[in-house]
Amino acid sequence: MKTDTRFTSRLRHDPLVRGLGWTSALLGVPQVVAPADFARALGVDDTPRNRLATTAVGVRELAAAAGLLGRPHPAWLWGRVSGDLIDLASLTRALKNHDGRGLGRTVAATAAVSAITATDVYAAVTRTRGSAPMQLTATTTVTEPPDEVYGLWSDLERLPSFMAHLDEVRVTGPRTSRWRASAPFGKTVEWDAETTQQIPGRLIAWRSVDGADIDNSGEVRLEPAPGDRGTEIRVTLRYDLPGGALGKAAARYFGEEPHQQLDDDLRRFKQIAETGEVVRSEGAPGGKRARGEFPQHPARPLTEDELKEAAA
Amino acid sequence: MKASCWTGRNSVKVRDVPEPSILNSRDAIVKITSTAICGSDLHLLDGYVPTMQKGDIMGHEFMGEVVEVGPGIRNGKLRVGDRVVVPFPIACGACASCRAELYSCCENSNPNSGISEKLFGHPTAGIYGYSHLTGGFAGGQAEYARVVFADVNAFKIESDLSDEQVLFLSDILPTGYMGAELCDIQEGDVVAVWGAGPVGQFAMDSARVLGAEKVIAIDKETYRLDMAAAQGYATVDFEEVDVRSALLELTGGRGPDKCIDAVGMEATHGASHLDLYDRAKQAVRSETDRPHALRQAILSCRSGGVVSVIGVYGGLIDKFPAGAWMNRSLTLRTGQCHVQKYMKPLLGLIEQGSIDPTRVITHRLPLTEAATGYDMFKNKKDHCEKVVLKP
Ligand SMILES: [Zn+2]
Ligand SMILES: [Zn+2]
Repeated sequence: MKTDTRFTSRLRHDPLVRGLGWTSALLGVPQVVAPADFARALGVDDTPRNRLATTAVGVRELAAAAGLLGRPHPAWLWGRVSGDLIDLASLTRALKNHDGRGLGRTVAATAAVSAITATDVYAAVTRTRGSAPMQLTATTTVTEPPDEVYGLWSDLERLPSFMAHLDEVRVTGPRTSRWRASAPFGKTVEWDAETTQQIPGRLIAWRSVDGADIDNSGEVRLEPAPGDRGTEIRVTLRYDLPGGALGKAAARYFGEEPHQQLDDDLRRFKQIAETGEVVRSEGAPGGKRARGEFPQHPARPLTEDELKEAAA
Repeated sequence: MKASCWTGRNSVKVRDVPEPSILNSRDAIVKITSTAICGSDLHLLDGYVPTMQKGDIMGHEFMGEVVEVGPGIRNGKLRVGDRVVVPFPIACGACASCRAELYSCCENSNPNSGISEKLFGHPTAGIYGYSHLTGGFAGGQAEYARVVFADVNAFKIESDLSDEQVLFLSDILPTGYMGAELCDIQEGDVVAVWGAGPVGQFAMDSARVLGAEKVIAIDKETYRLDMAAAQGYATVDFEEVDVRSALLELTGGRGPDKCIDAVGMEATHGASHLDLYDRAKQAVRSETDRPHALRQAILSCRSGGVVSVIGVYGGLIDKFPAGAWMNRSLTLRTGQCHVQKYMKPLLGLIEQGSIDPTRVITHRLPLTEAATGYDMFKNKKDHCEKVVLKP
């Protein structure tokens, strides 16, 4: 499985995910250390076949524990669900071929595994839905050559001047930076990011490091435009909106439709690259803060207060 | 300061508003000496163009004296005291469109271009006082106005021509001229112009300057047709005669070589069954524009001719005569005027006396009477052709 840090940090602090991780550990250790005793405790015959099966299940549980507690990802939750189904199938077979000794314990074990299966399905479904990754792409062409465009993009502290949702980017090291952004409902989110790839004149890629409120990553690809027309810019952003689909709907309601926002960001980048600054109008005096395009005040000169607000 | 503000459908009022200020480094503030009411202001007045907000300052045809320049204007390109005419489309001068002299398609000057992108597929330039669709810029029917990218968008007048001689360089004169230029007029061409409003009149003058042998004006207002006839142009009153038959009659059955639609989306008179069709479609909002003039121009134009469109269209049209267009090898050309491209050559024509822009002015009013001006122009009262406002 490709390491995917996007889900990691939120699931790491999820009590249900951690609980399931520890459950896997508690079940896995005795199954691996003393498979015969464990099989007997389930009321299943201590045959070599059953012992081997118990050991295998134990190894699987330990792997799931390591995954859920170490690098949590919804895939581990779904892995647990499929393991549960195998367990249920073998317990059902054990019940069918049961000789009667310890039947009560096998029935109890089957009931327990059924309950765990239900919990795992619930966790897998909710945690997968809650962290649906979103990928946005946008593209534009600017008349400047790739090297100059690259220079503008790689100056990370300048990003907030055209990216509407960013409040501040602070460079903290040769490859690291601290980002602060505004989120819906007047909240702000912060994260540390690392630059993962940098090819002058061609490519910049970054991603948030573990512990981000919103796991995200992005890249900017630059290519010379045909016919000496400057530079084609392709931006890809991937991030998890908290609340998944619900978060997206809420964001849209407040005029922060993510695709539109990225398009607007890129348009303002083009303005800076080609004219040196973000264009303001009386109706949209805040420049990049003209978020959503309809909720504006009339196009007449600004009052003192509005001017102060626009300059802020 | 006083400014003429949109206060709702069919309502313009002169109000006291704050004076404009520098918002971008290449801005300039201009003290307005003359401004005008344009035919396309009427589309805003009646709410035809969406995204107007109560309090928006109107006006995109204005000129005046520079009273303040932003720090980004370098090399003395513009100085306090300069006398300037301001083109209506805001151009940055740096994007690919501006470099190709397609100024009204500027890719950087509209901070709201997301809306126009959705409507038109690609963004269009910002325009002063012309709704939030074109950027939410304050207009110039005021005592002062902010000019954006002023080093590109303030055209200096250094000779002693009067305001009235140069004011229309801001819009209607270049617009009419571009309508004729798009026609690629050849010696001996017959050019028909739909609409004898100010833009139509300048399209006729330009067609003559560019070598047309015969110019035909099509309208229903007698005073407008008289204004054209006074210049020696033939006239067709579309309420009196069938336009296509009249044009065939005037051209020996060929049809005009070149046709200019200087009417646009609010045309009110076409073939009656199509008119009903358009009205019904508009009523249920499934069509936005009435393309009567455009249909007539296409059907009347001679085979292989050019139809040029400078009348304003905003949305979608229906019953477009694609069959005539294709089967008769017509060329259709159009564009919101790239004013900056034409100002210098047209100033030359004015100085030479080849074109007299003042001939369309019928009313001069103080800015405070803007509402009266709008009413006269909209309802064609008192033979109103063009209103100039003086702050
Ligand atoms: Zn106009
Ligand atoms: Zn431009």
